[in-house]
Amino acid sequence: MAQQNITIKVNGTDQAAEIEQRLLLVHFIRENLALTGTHIGCDTTHCGACTLILDGKAVKSCTVFAVQADGKEVLTIEGMTTNGELHPLQEGFMEEHGLQCGFCTPGMIMSSYALLQENKNPTEAEIRWGISGNLCRCTGYVNIVKAVQYAAQKA
Amino acid sequence: MTELRTSAEIGGMGHSVKRKEDPRFIRGRGNYVDDVVRPGMLYMAIVRSPFAHAKIKSINTEKALAHPGVAAVITGATLKEYNLHWMPTLMSDTQMVLPTDEVMYQAQEVAAVIATDRYSAADGVALVEVDYEPLEVVIDPFKALEPGAPLLRHDKEGQKDNLIFHWEAGDKAATEQAFRDADFTVKQDIYIPRIHVASIETCGIVAEFDAVEGQLTCWMTSQAPHAHRTVFALVAGHVGLSEEKIRIISPDIGGGFGGKVPIYPGYVIAIAATVVTGSPIKWIEDRRENLQADSFGRDYHMTAELAASKDGTLQALRIKTIADHGYTDAACNPSKWPAGMFSIATGSYDLKHAFCEVDGVYTNKPPGGIAYRCSFRVTEAVHAIERLVDIMADDLGMDPAELRLKNFIPPEAFPFKSVLGWEYDSGNYAGALKLAMEKIGYQDLLKEQKEKREKGELMGIGICSFTEVVGAGPSKDFDILGLKMFDSAEIRVHPTGKALVRIGVQTQGQGHETTFAQIVAEELGIPVDHIKVEHGDTDTAPYGLGTYASRSTPVAGAATAMASRKILDKARKIAAHLLEVSADDLEWEPGKFTVKGVPDKVSTIQEIAFAAYTNHPQGLEAGLEAISYYDPPNLTFPFGSYICVVDVDRGTGEVKIRRFMAVDDCGNIINPMIVEGQIHGGLTMGMAPALMEEISYDEEGNMRGGSFMEYLMPTAMETPSWETGKTTTPSPHHPLGAKGVGESATVGAPAAIVNAVVDALSHLGVRHLEIPITPEKVWRAIQESGN
Repeated sequence: MAQQNITIKVNGTDQAAEIEQRLLLVHFIRENLALTGTHIGCDTTHCGACTLILDGKAVKSCTVFAVQADGKEVLTIEGMTTNGELHPLQEGFMEEHGLQCGFCTPGMIMSSYALLQENKNPTEAEIRWGISGNLCRCTGYVNIVKAVQYAAQKA
Repeated sequence: MTELRTSAEIGGMGHSVKRKEDPRFIRGRGNYVDDVVRPGMLYMAIVRSPFAHAKIKSINTEKALAHPGVAAVITGATLKEYNLHWMPTLMSDTQMVLPTDEVMYQAQEVAAVIATDRYSAADGVALVEVDYEPLEVVIDPFKALEPGAPLLRHDKEGQKDNLIFHWEAGDKAATEQAFRDADFTVKQDIYIPRIHVASIETCGIVAEFDAVEGQLTCWMTSQAPHAHRTVFALVAGHVGLSEEKIRIISPDIGGGFGGKVPIYPGYVIAIAATVVTGSPIKWIEDRRENLQADSFGRDYHMTAELAASKDGTLQALRIKTIADHGYTDAACNPSKWPAGMFSIATGSYDLKHAFCEVDGVYTNKPPGGIAYRCSFRVTEAVHAIERLVDIMADDLGMDPAELRLKNFIPPEAFPFKSVLGWEYDSGNYAGALKLAMEKIGYQDLLKEQKEKREKGELMGIGICSFTEVVGAGPSKDFDILGLKMFDSAEIRVHPTGKALVRIGVQTQGQGHETTFAQIVAEELGIPVDHIKVEHGDTDTAPYGLGTYASRSTPVAGAATAMASRKILDKARKIAAHLLEVSADDLEWEPGKFTVKGVPDKVSTIQEIAFAAYTNHPQGLEAGLEAISYYDPPNLTFPFGSYICVVDVDRGTGEVKIRRFMAVDDCGNIINPMIVEGQIHGGLTMGMAPALMEEISYDEEGNMRGGSFMEYLMPTAMETPSWETGKTTTPSPHHPLGAKGVGESATVGAPAAIVNAVVDALSHLGVRHLEIPITPEKVWRAIQESGN
């Protein structure tokens, strides 16, 4: 399989590697960099568990090749905490009981992050639309909506 | 429970303590099976059958083995050498691990490729050449029972047809007589389709065998790690696996809902592969494999009948069911209950006669019959009775709420012996329904509906007043493969007054690390922040049957309370020694003993713990530890009343849930925040099959769909803002008065939603709709009504 050299800035640090061209971004993040907070739930861009931020946009990293991210910036759940301080979204998910098994949570937080970057004060309907690409089987979404509202108010 | 016994700092029962699990999850620091990496680990991928029934003429592995990175290909022939090609199911049926000559359902495991990375393993799968000869397929369970149908399980000695079991409960003759004598009878065919739990984490395992030590360690997506360990030991004892050297670790689990109770062939193949190759093996199924081959829920074809007198007194129930179990009975019911707890079908009503029968049938579909967030077939039973009550109300011209209130088992009748054999522990059904009606404004809704109908708009109101049966269960009646369904807790109080709690059940999101600490905080007064809960590791946790069927709180929760009380008994003796009084002179409140009448003579639980290791009374063992294996005297019976309001778009058939009021009664509550979260999630998994989810097959046994593109699960857009309320009727036999809540909402929601949609269309002559109620079904029903 053809190899390629890439450099991706992940959570503020340049990560260079020689990888197979077919390597998916999610596997690069999880296996090459051991950042396992980004999860895989469906392999087909439906569930959103693998959502991360690529050059400011939320993408489902199970259907992005790592080579497509060459020269770009990636933000994952591990990069949401700065100097030990939780991001308001992380705090909101905990305060509002917006998670149960925790598997969809990182993707949910990253999608919500992208939403709040674009819309600082979303309505409930806008939040629901903003996270509609992320499936959660445990919470019924009610408390996830509250978690995003918590973060919007705090920011 | 009306009063809190502990302060917020101690955080016992009734406090909405923030979850101890969350700090790691919100940072992406959870540890799920796919996060486990071992030195030298190889990856496994599985070759699956494209046919629902076929003879395997040959399997050619040459090209796959020649591919760079491929280390081995395992086939049924490989496993046969070790006599590991078959395994038992948890229902004492049998199942192929890998076939040697025949496949029985689409997506069945045919071979496994082991490679250095997951990409090479997938390459290898594409290079394995299997030559199949298609055989006649049996998909319709009714046709499977017809004389002359192909015998599917010809491997089973003595099996002459495709019937797995016949189960029945109740007095058939008396019920038939009651139906003959009744003023009114209603009858409805109801199909509860095959659905899939589709937890967002799929199933997987990392298996590592140390040939020198004979030690097998498996990190696996298991809802029942101890039971799985024992099954592995029984099945693979002949190849040298011994139970003391098998360690199952169920780490963080990304949702279970019943789908991680069975033992799947993939787990066993991975274990065989680590033994054969000597390398740790990781197998993580992809979503298509998960949906196509893992255990499904439901698939019940019911014919249900209800009889009543003129005045609306419900008298008798009769249900005949054909249950499609697929290729093998791989449900996870207690062994004496092949149809689960279906005999809860008389529901919340004081019926005098009932008869239920279920025939389990083999077909060429993936195996299963597991619960989908439901205590063993309770959802099917609730759906039947709650639909029938609405149909009966329609025939009698009675309001469905009025008919229910007239026929509920009254609060003073508990403990109530049902005609199908259960002893309901406690209930106040009218209380829950009346509260739900009040909270949602039932009378106003009826008025609004009348006005809307006059304008031609379609609005419906649906009620479901369900009774659950959970907490399996008493050892005299409940076991899985002979393992009694007790559960366990072990508590160690350390010298500094902090505690370690180990439990025999395993969280998959329920929040055990928090709620089980709260139980100990309630009982011993040790602050919840000073209590660590561990679970899911068979080397350290006491033996238990695991978490499913809402059994954690009823069984292991009770064990935790009982172990705490053993500690308290010893603590009392130590306190008497410290305070130099008789133990009888001490009074307990959570956290401390006080000498009666001398309020300043106090011994705290922390002082007692320190003394247990530094100054224990002579004649008493040192230390402060206890273990309990709790065998519940009865099951628990949570209940609730749900009211759903829908608006139906006449032009498109789209159903919109405008409001949904869920009043639940799960007895005493450990953590209100977590209970409400469980209800929100359960309601969403109740709405899912009611409106969206279904797995179906064509005549050749091809699954229609098989990814999240076709298997529609609710997103935040379809899911309404659930409204909740509660009443509290403690369980009289549970040490904490708790009942369990994880599945109530999934059990109760579907019938409320269906009743609402049918109500919206009832004036057009619509009497019943099968789930999932898709826009197309609604649109067709409206068209066929001619309105």
